[in-house]
Amino acid sequence: MIKVEQKPVDEILDFLEPYNKILLVGCNACVAVCHAGGEKEVGILAAALRMARKKLGHKLEILEDCSTRQCEPEFVEELREKVKSVEAVLSIACGVGVQTVAGRFSDIAVYPGVNTQFMGETTELGVWVERCQACGNCVLHLTGGICPVARCAKQLLNGPCGGSQEGSCEIDKEIPCAWQQIHDRLKAIGQLDRMAQFIPAKKWGRESRDRGPRTIVREDLKP
Amino acid sequence: MKSGSNLEKILEKGLFAVTGELGPPKGNDISVVEKKAEFLRGYVDAVNITDNQTAIVRMSSIAASSLLIQRDLEPVMQMVTRDRNRIAIQSDIFGATALGIRNMLCLTGDHQSFGNQIDSKNVHDLDSIQLIDCVRTMRDEGTILGGEEEVEGQLRIFIGAAANPFGDPFEFRVIRLAKKIHAGVDFIQTQCIYDMNRFKEWMQMVRDQGLHEKVHIMAGVTPLKSAGMARYMNKNVSGITIPGELIDRMAKAPKPAEEGIKICVEQIEELKEMEGIHGVHIMAIEWEHKMGQITEEAGLLPRPTVS
Amino acid sequence: MESSSPRIVAFCCDRSGYVAADMAGQLGMALPVGLEIIRVPCAGRIDALHMLQALENGADGVLIVACHEENCQSLTGNLRAKARMGYVHGIMEKIGLEKERLEICNLASNDGAKFAETVRKKSEDLERLGPSPIK
Repeated sequence: MIKVEQKPVDEILDFLEPYNKILLVGCNACVAVCHAGGEKEVGILAAALRMARKKLGHKLEILEDCSTRQCEPEFVEELREKVKSVEAVLSIACGVGVQTVAGRFSDIAVYPGVNTQFMGETTELGVWVERCQACGNCVLHLTGGICPVARCAKQLLNGPCGGSQEGSCEIDKEIPCAWQQIHDRLKAIGQLDRMAQFIPAKKWGRESRDRGPRTIVREDLKP
Repeated sequence: MKSGSNLEKILEKGLFAVTGELGPPKGNDISVVEKKAEFLRGYVDAVNITDNQTAIVRMSSIAASSLLIQRDLEPVMQMVTRDRNRIAIQSDIFGATALGIRNMLCLTGDHQSFGNQIDSKNVHDLDSIQLIDCVRTMRDEGTILGGEEEVEGQLRIFIGAAANPFGDPFEFRVIRLAKKIHAGVDFIQTQCIYDMNRFKEWMQMVRDQGLHEKVHIMAGVTPLKSAGMARYMNKNVSGITIPGELIDRMAKAPKPAEEGIKICVEQIEELKEMEGIHGVHIMAIEWEHKMGQITEEAGLLPRPTVS
Repeated sequence: MESSSPRIVAFCCDRSGYVAADMAGQLGMALPVGLEIIRVPCAGRIDALHMLQALENGADGVLIVACHEENCQSLTGNLRAKARMGYVHGIMEKIGLEKERLEICNLASNDGAKFAETVRKKSEDLERLGPSPIK
């Protein structure tokens, strides 16, 4: 899922400086799973912001809410009454949620309370690791299920660079070399010959974010 | 002849080739290039010009290479894929060959976090193997990558790449070399060797696959200046491991710098005798003025002149 | 408020904290006037949200009273509470609230004396620190 991290409280307080009444809205999907933007985190952040502002002698009233999924128009529409009664909105959903709210209520400022980091896996409770960068053309079948775009610091497609040492990436010993992992996995599943096959350059400019904002349309699903 | 470069001629004639290395200045001070170049003149067949090595901003390798050509020295222009996309890469190769550059080394490049612009985006539109394939396409098929547009002119270039016999996974290193050969590489320069045993293991695997007959392999060496330098390189430079015995030898030597040169010369002597090694790439970084002594003591002088 | 007795919210767990508090009361030990006890089944039930809510609702100090570290009857409830307290300390620092206001105390169920002493000391510390700046 999408993994995010809450922005530092002082940065958020900066955003909210001109306001006296805001709506703080979270999301019960991805950001709840990584404990940064769900219902509980809305409560925690609201308490912290209210106390901080009280201490500054500039009270802040906060309406709290949490969307089922903040990237869907029907769920965001449910915020309309609350939005009408506040001066600004602080969303701790991912960047998509913030934009969906801003797009739906275009006459009010909507601020991001989290930094959206990556699409990743929960490797253990409290630890999330980047796994996918939405390159647009998945090559996981060639690499034993380990992504060289997201997990190799240089997005290499034809094996490790010279900096791979004892299974670690050259930039940090704690980061595993993705190509070492791919090599080991391909060996384990009997597909080591894939390491010798030339993978041509990706069509970054045609398939990835470099081509501009992407859209998927399913005509069969449109009303 | 793919390029007609001096380096190519020497290797094709079966003579033991020698290349050196020059790191351009962190600015546009030409005198730095001139000074380093003169230290190498007469001792090498060609000079590698590094490309923003360790992600530190330096004069571009194409510019520095061009300066060398103006001074009658032959460059090997290094190009990393870290900083430019395929448009810039192919454009730079058009320009480089137009300026008379005939040798090129295709590299991935150290991650930007090692250098002095750590906030930069890394490009890696192509990886080093795709880069080899791209250059070969331009040279042998006369089109840019993708085959849609013909090249106006003829690209004559000798394509090189790096090999790291000391990187992991070890079993893959020879497969990676084979991949580069298949993509079209003409010559290889290895990462500098300190662990001679591991290097011999790698060369054995190379010979077992017959790869030494498909590409010219030049062995890399770098003279050590001190035990401190050895320890630093072992710990911090990606792709380099230095065995404890060598570090000890440097530490115990009464004159470490001389010992370092002695070790380097010994290595070159051993490499000269190794089957499949067609030359040596001497990287005397910030010690360019020792090139004369090293090549002399290793019996590599005078350098041959070939037509 | 007639006195400036600091308001202390003490989350006390069923297995140790609450029993010790009860014991202190039964034995007539002196307890600070501003003490308010909230009984929880285990310290692990206390979330960051509860600690912040207590502070926001006017507590000058918050105490988590739990079993000794190797003795939690739910195995790691007391450790989780401690980790969450650490997280809340981070928030408190950022918003200008003294970290010392929120503390954890580990004791056994039969240690009424330790309970009494801890809350007395907390009250004294809070007198020195002053009332919560956000009241």
